[in-house]
Amino acid sequence: MKAPSDRLYTKTHEWIRIEGDEGVVGITDFAQDNLTDVTFVELPEIGRRVAARDQVCVIESVKAAADVYSPVAGTISAVNPELESHPELINSDPYGRGWIFRLALEQPAATEGLLSAEEYGALITEK
Amino acid sequence: MKETPLHKEHIALHAHMTEFGGWDMPLFYAGIVVEHLHTRTACSLFDTCHMGELELSGSTAAADLERIFTRRISQLPPGACRYGYLLNPEGGVIDDLTCYRLGDDRFLLVVNAGTANRDAVWITEHLSPQTTFRDISSQTAKLDLQGPHARQSLEQVFGLKLPELPFYRAVYVELDGTRCLLSRSGYTGEMGYEIYLPAEAAAILWRRLLSGETVAPAGLGARDTLRLEMGYPLYGHELTTERRPTGIAGGRFLDLDKDFIGRDAVVREIEQGPRENLIGIILSGRRTARSGDVVLEGDRPVGAVTSGSFAPSVGKAVALAYVHRDVAQPGRRVEVRTRRARLEGILAQPPFLNKKS
Repeated sequence: MKAPSDRLYTKTHEWIRIEGDEGVVGITDFAQDNLTDVTFVELPEIGRRVAARDQVCVIESVKAAADVYSPVAGTISAVNPELESHPELINSDPYGRGWIFRLALEQPAATEGLLSAEEYGALITEK
Repeated sequence: MKETPLHKEHIALHAHMTEFGGWDMPLFYAGIVVEHLHTRTACSLFDTCHMGELELSGSTAAADLERIFTRRISQLPPGACRYGYLLNPEGGVIDDLTCYRLGDDRFLLVVNAGTANRDAVWITEHLSPQTTFRDISSQTAKLDLQGPHARQSLEQVFGLKLPELPFYRAVYVELDGTRCLLSRSGYTGEMGYEIYLPAEAAAILWRRLLSGETVAPAGLGARDTLRLEMGYPLYGHELTTERRPTGIAGGRFLDLDKDFIGRDAVVREIEQGPRENLIGIILSGRRTARSGDVVLEGDRPVGAVTSGSFAPSVGKAVALAYVHRDVAQPGRRVEVRTRRARLEGILAQPPFLNKKS
């Protein structure tokens, strides 16, 4: 199961890639694999302010529904419009075109508690 | 967990496995949606060895079956089958099953995996001493080949010409020297076959069938979405011991012109008019209703969802629900209250897509 090293991870299987004062968030390869085919994504509202670990949106698959939590505090600055008609991008490209939302990070960005790719890799191999 | 004779094949194909009815079964190989669509447009192979096979034989077998099965079977010619229920005296559904007549005095019952043991106990308690009962589940494998290419795939792989087989008819055929019962039936709504064969030949025939040009394996995930699009009930969801099957398809699978266990209870309910009917809901978008969600008309609860999923061939979410008889009419607008949202839907008589099998 892939976990690229250019980003950070949560224990709840989200990833965040920091780009300057913004962060891009999605769910991991492990998460999409366990969810099975994603059929619907409830995208968050742009402008909403969220704290770290706040529930931000919902992903539904053929078999289940799962909450997505924000890895850090910030304000939702963009959502991936492609997911409305192509939620399956989360399965086919979870780290790329399957991104879910962008956050304007609260400064200074509090990334303590997040996992490196290596730490996350160890977490999912335990399962 | 129990394993079918094809368990090693699934592991070799890197299937995602899941528990179902006490069995470790493939949920999907490539993906649920892609397997669903492949079944509708080409041909899929399903491992259904988990299902139970019970054989009844002897001169009293037909009369015994008339007592415990809701369908009339005495007039069936050998090779024909019927779908119906085992009911308890209160009319609750012990199981739904297919009954094949294999000979004058020989019948095969194909039952659900999770209920097979309970069925076997119930059936043996209600047999005449002269009827022979055999649970042949462990020595019987079952493979479902489903999809518009099913017939040509079988003919191509085994180099044979299949007889013209009407729906719900079965014949014995030799596939690579193995005697198989080939039944024109299935749980997908597509043209296809259910193939019964000795367990020891399962892996070889599985591989042979997969060598067919357009044949791909499909798991229980696609099996569930395919049956849901057709509106077929699934035991444990639409059918339970807590509910009489009077609200399903106008009681079509109850032959009331004969006596059977549970008949009095279902007749009483049919005379009063069943309080709720099983009906479909087409939701307005992709968002899914799930089992247990409440169906509302305005703010009034009028029913409950029993199964729901995104329907890949429809492009929207659909559901099956028991809805109060005054509301259960196609075209009525309803809402479904899910754990996370309130969804708009319209009642519809399944199948949710037009298919002839």
